[in-house]
Amino acid sequence: MTATEAAPRQTGHGAPPAGGEVRAALTSEATKLRSVRSTVWTLVVAVVAVVGIGAIITAARVSRWNDLSLRERLSLDPTTVSLRGVFLAQLAIGVLGVLVISSEYTTGMIRTTFAAVPRRPLVLFAKAVTFTVVAFVVSTVACFVAFFIGQSILSAKHANVSITDSGVLRAVLGAGTYLTLVGLLGIGLGTLLRRTAGAIATLFGLVLVLPALTEALPSPWDTDVGKLLPINAGRALFAVRPSTDLLSPGQGFLVLLATVGVVLVLATVAIVRRDA
Amino acid sequence: MIEASDLTKRYGSTVAVDALSFAVQPGRVTGFLGPNGAGKTTTMRLILGLDRPDRGHVTVAGKRYADYHFPLYEVGALLDAKYVHGGRRARDHLLCLAQSNRIPRRRVAEVLELVGLSDVARRRVATFSLGMSQRLGIAAALLGDPEVLMFDEPVNGLDPEGIVWIRNLFRSLADEGRTVFVSSHLMSEMALTADHLIVIGRGKLIADEAISDLLSRGVGRVRVSSPELDRLTALLEAQGARIDRAADGAVVHELAAPAIGEIACHNQIVLHELTPEHASLEETFFELTNESVEFHGETAVSEATAR
Repeated sequence: MTATEAAPRQTGHGAPPAGGEVRAALTSEATKLRSVRSTVWTLVVAVVAVVGIGAIITAARVSRWNDLSLRERLSLDPTTVSLRGVFLAQLAIGVLGVLVISSEYTTGMIRTTFAAVPRRPLVLFAKAVTFTVVAFVVSTVACFVAFFIGQSILSAKHANVSITDSGVLRAVLGAGTYLTLVGLLGIGLGTLLRRTAGAIATLFGLVLVLPALTEALPSPWDTDVGKLLPINAGRALFAVRPSTDLLSPGQGFLVLLATVGVVLVLATVAIVRRDA
Repeated sequence: MIEASDLTKRYGSTVAVDALSFAVQPGRVTGFLGPNGAGKTTTMRLILGLDRPDRGHVTVAGKRYADYHFPLYEVGALLDAKYVHGGRRARDHLLCLAQSNRIPRRRVAEVLELVGLSDVARRRVATFSLGMSQRLGIAAALLGDPEVLMFDEPVNGLDPEGIVWIRNLFRSLADEGRTVFVSSHLMSEMALTADHLIVIGRGKLIADEAISDLLSRGVGRVRVSSPELDRLTALLEAQGARIDRAADGAVVHELAAPAIGEIACHNQIVLHELTPEHASLEETFFELTNESVEFHGETAVSEATAR
C-alpha cells in the first residue's frame, strides 16, 4: 500500500459490520416495497377484486337459484364460487410482482441497487421473500373475507359450507397461495424481460391466453396439458370438489411450485450473467 | 485507491474500453477525461462490477467490487442521477440504500443535510430538478462515508452555486485522504477541480499525469512580431519551425523563444514581440485526443469539437 493511503482518515465510521447481509437485504427490500405507491394500488385492487367480485358472483348465483336445476345446485362448489374474484385479483398481484423488479430496470435504479448489493441473487431472493410475505398475508386475509361474505350470501339458500368442513380451509389458504405464486411468477418474468409491459403481457398470456389455446388441442391432450397450466393448477388448489379436469390439490401445488421455481432459477442465472 | 489492469470491454464489435491500466491514488482529486463516447462511463461501470470485463480486472482498495458484502462503506458512486425510482421519497431512497449495507439510519438525515436536501426529504424524487437529483446522488454516494468516491459527470445540471459547492466538496474529500475520481468531458471544469488527470480516447489511455505536468508538457508556442516578419519567418522555417501568420504578427510552433531571439539577433532583425505562450489545458486535451482520434477515424473529432 502506498504512503498516502496509510495516512489516517479524519472522518469515518470505521469498519463495516460483519455479517447480516441477508437480513440487511430483506430490510432494504421491505422499505422499497412499502415506499412506492404502486404497491398500495395493486394490493387495493387485488383485495377489492377478491372480496367484491366474489360477493357479486355469489349473489348472482343466489338470485338465479330458482332457475338452477337440481344437478347444477348439487355440483355447485360454495367455496370456489365465493373465491371467484381470485381470477381478477391474480392480474393485480401479478402486476405488483412484475413491478417489484421491472420498475428498477426501467428507472435505472437496479444499477444503484447492484452497486449497493453486488450479490445479485441476494437482491432477487430478498425481493421474492418480502413480496411473498406481503402478498400472502394480504391475499389470504382477502380470501377469508370473501369466503365468509360468500357463505353468508349462500346461507339464504342453505347452500353455504363451514370453514371446518373437509377441504374448505385448504381451499381458502390455497387461493391466497395461488395469488402469491402468480406474483412470484411476475417477479421472475420481470427479471428475465426487464420491461414492465413485456413482462405483464407474458404473464397474462401464460395465465389467460394459454388455457384458451390448449383447448384447441385434440383430446385427451387438451385436459392433460391444460391441467398443468398455472391457472388450472391454481384452480385445483382452491377447489373443494374433486374434478376430472383438474389435478389433485397437492399435485396442483407442486406443479405451480415447479413452474415458479423454474422461472426464478432462469431469472437468477440471467441476473448474474447479464451486464446491469 | 482504484487499480485497473488491462481492462477491456467490448459491446458487439465496438471496443468500449481497450486494455486500460491505471491507478487512482488517494488524497487527491483525479479527473477522468475524454470526449463523449471515450469509455469513461463503461470504465466506471466495470469498476462497480455492473459490467463484466472481457479481459483484465479492476480492484478497489485491493478487492474486486463484487467481493464486498457492504461496498457502500468502501466506495460511494454516482453514475447517473436518474438511476432512482421516481415514485420514492428522497428519504426512503436513501433509507433503503443505507439498510442494504447496515448503515445507521441517522446517516440518512446527515447526508441530506450535507447536500442541502433536508427540506425536500419527503418529496418524491420524480419532482426533483436535475440539480436536486445530482445532490441526491451525491448524498447516496456519501452514505457509507467511503474511502473511495466516484462521480460520473457530476456537474451536469448543477447551477453555478452548485458547481462551486461540488468543487469544494471534492477538494475537502480529497484533503481528508480519500480517493476522489471524477469524470468529465469538460476540460475547463477539470482544470479547476482536479489535481491529476487520466485522459482516455476511444477506450485507450492517452495520459495519466498531474495537471501541472500536462500543462508544461503542453505544446509550447511563441508569439512574435517584427517589421521584417517575412524575412524572420523564412529563417525560422529553415530551422524547422511551423508558422501561423496572424494579423499583428505570427505564432511560431516547435521552436522555443530563446532560439527565436538568437536567430533574430544573428540576422539583425528587430523584434517587437517575443512572447512564449503555454497551451491551455483545453488545447492540450484536443492535441491529445485528436491524435487518438486521427488514428482511428473521423467520428470522434466531431464529438470532441461539438461541445
